[in-house]
Formats: sequence, C-alpha cells, structure tokens
Amino acid sequence: MNYYEPKDLADFPGITEWAADQGNKFFEYCGSATGAGKLTEREKSLIALTVVMTQNCPYCIDAYTTKCMSLGISSDEMMEAAHVGAAMMAGVTLAHTTQMRKIIKKKEM
Amino acid sequence: MDTRKQLQMLGQIGDSPSFAGKIREIHKFPLTAKGIDILQINLGSLCNLSCRHCHVTAGPNRTEIMTKPVLAKCLEVLSSLPISTIDITGGAPEMNPHLEWFIGEAAGLNRRLIVRTNLTLLLEEPYRHFTDIFAKDKVEIVTSLPDHMEVKSDRQRGAGVFQKVIESLRELNLRGYGMAGSGLCIDIVHNPVGAYLPGSQTALEHEYHMRLLSEYGVHFNRLFCLTNLPVGRYLDYLIESDNFEDYLSTLCHSFNPAAVEKVMCLTTLSVGWDGSLYDCDFNQMLGLTVNHGAPNNIMAFELEKLKNREIVVNNHCYGCVAGCGSSCQGTTTGT
Repeated sequence: MNYYEPKDLADFPGITEWAADQGNKFFEYCGSATGAGKLTEREKSLIALTVVMTQNCPYCIDAYTTKCMSLGISSDEMMEAAHVGAAMMAGVTLAHTTQMRKIIKKKEM
Repeated sequence: MDTRKQLQMLGQIGDSPSFAGKIREIHKFPLTAKGIDILQINLGSLCNLSCRHCHVTAGPNRTEIMTKPVLAKCLEVLSSLPISTIDITGGAPEMNPHLEWFIGEAAGLNRRLIVRTNLTLLLEEPYRHFTDIFAKDKVEIVTSLPDHMEVKSDRQRGAGVFQKVIESLRELNLRGYGMAGSGLCIDIVHNPVGAYLPGSQTALEHEYHMRLLSEYGVHFNRLFCLTNLPVGRYLDYLIESDNFEDYLSTLCHSFNPAAVEKVMCLTTLSVGWDGSLYDCDFNQMLGLTVNHGAPNNIMAFELEKLKNREIVVNNHCYGCVAGCGSSCQGTTTGT
C-alpha cells in the first residue's frame, strides 16, 4: 500500500463523510468556481492544472490533466501552462529573498 | 478478440456492480424500448481504414457485407412504419455495392437520412460520385474527426487521414454542406484519442469551429461527443496500454442516473450486415442480438414484439450513461 493510491481519487466525494454540510458546500463552491463564467471552462481548467502542479497534489494533477485532455487542450498548451506555474514559483521564491536580504543587512555588521 | 472473450473482459469491473445491478438500484431495470424511431443499418465491416478506436474492428480485410435482399427488407419495414430516421453506418458504407441504390430508394421515403462516412473515400474512384448523390438526396453526413489537432487525430485513424478528411470537408463545403441556409448538414463526431471521457460538447464544438475555420477554412454544423465504449479494437487498446481497469472504473464512477432515461437503444433498432437485429451497434459487435422473445432478424420483423422489447444490457452500457451521456447523436444530457 502507498500513501497515494490512484484509485483513491474515486473516493474524493467521500470528503463529505463526517462533515456533510461543509463537504457539500465545498463541492457546490468548487463547481461554481471552476465552471464556465466570464472565463471559459477551458481557461479555468488550465489555471487549475497549473495551480495543482505548483501544489504537488497527485490526485488533482491526475484529475485536471485528464480534464484538460477531455476539453481538447493539447500537451503543448498544458506544458506552457506548467511553465507559467514554474516561473511563478521561481518568482515567488526569489521575491522572498527580499525578506532574506533585509534580515541579512539588518543583522550583519 | 472474439465476442466471448470481450464479454468475459467486460465482466471484470472490480468492486462496481454490474450495469444491470446498477440500474436496478435506481429502479430502471429492465430497460424497455419506447418504440422504433431510428433504424440504424450497418452495411458491413469492410472499410478502407483500420482506426484504433473502432468498436466494429472494421478494416480492408473484413468480408461481411449486407446483401440486397436484406436491404430490400429494411426498405419494406421502413415504408410500412413511421420510423423517422434512417441511419446508415459501417464500416465504410460506400464500399457496399448497393449503397447507391439504397439511398435512392430510402430518399423516396422522405425520412431523415443519415450516412456515417469517414469521408476519405469521397476523394477516390470509384466513390467520388457519392458526393453528388449525398447532395442530391439531402443526405445528412456524419463523419469522424477525433480531434481538431492533426497529430492526435492521425494517431487514432492513421497517418494522412486528417488531411484527407479536411480536403473532403472543403469539397463538401463547396457543395453547400455545413453552410447556412443550404439545407445540407454535415456533423462531426469527436471521440477521445485515449483512455479518457469526452469533455463538454459545447466547449469542444466551439473549439472545433474556431480551429477548423481559422486553420483550414472548413465549416460544419454540429459536433457530437461520443464516449469510447470498451468494445472491439478500443477494448484491445485499453488492455494493451494497461488502461482497462482505470477506464472501466472511470465509466462506473461517472454513472449518471439522468442519462439512463436518454439511452439511444430506447428508440433505436440496429440491423447487422446479415439482417440480425440488435439494440445498438455496440451490442451488434458483441453478438448480443435482441432477446426476450423479440424476433432477432429483420426477415422475421414483428413490430409488436420489437417496439416494447426488453433491452439487452451488459457492462459496456456504462459508457452510454457516463458523465453527460453518449449516443450516436452526441451527449444526451446537459452540454
């Protein structure tokens, strides 16, 4: 047994167990947030895919890669989106050197 | 893979209940036909292509071809009943030597007349003249284009097929097919190039329209999203690529109760090349003829026994009720 089993993805609806009200509200919110609005379902799926890759969630990566394929999004487009996520993560890391540099400059003689 | 082995594989659905058991849970078992609105006639398995997703396992080496007496019986049944739609499929219907005659006769019945063609043959002799025949008799054309991306589409249907389909679509556009006000309709079938379900039909139709027009100057009417059912060559693919278990699990977990009421078999009767009768083209490929007392060959057609027949189901039926539902006319619920 592994901590992450692909078949566990099918158990995602089970998050309503022991907290049905909150769980159902989450699914309602999630459906509303990721469904087509001013942005298309396609655009939102690419955003979602990018976010879940930066957050290293194997279940979500499986679900949103498959969803992007279902919506006819090409592997090139998904890879471009991944690089946006990678660039953001790199930028976020480097932007935080501001804090690091400030502390160094304050504390070093 | 022979039909017995296919049915054996379809029995392996892990912890999920059988399809019959699943619809029994929602009090929909047995499924019962609500009449015959569509007569879908499979002219045979002979085809110039050997697509990797083909549930018919059609190809150039297949020899099953519907004969003229069987076609004549189909016409006799059609002319005596108010069946609204004649849906001709294959294989490649153009490769049946009686297609031209049959279309001429069927057109005279003033029904909705559909031919499912891969389009590639319309560029070749001796099949080029079918473009004129289709236009003259206002045949609705339904064609497969699994993806708007050439590389993906060709991965499923064979190298060079995408460009041939595009060339054929351009010629059909010149005849008026797919053009507003022409009365000539060409619809495209999308089915996933791999082991996943189709996405939103509305979103994909928008994407297809945009890409095919901007990149190839091609017009069409509607896009039908079809779920690949684990039958025939697609079942082989699932097994060979180690996707069988996951795909069947996805189908079972995507069960949509609302789609059960919309399955095409409720209003369709499928005729095989030898006149055998089936509830759908997938049952046909699994050798599951109509049952429960209804005559199983068109030569013994009896409306009373067929119009409310009990539908023969198996686990591949999960494919028609997964997600938004799937039929030969695209999704059946939602978008």
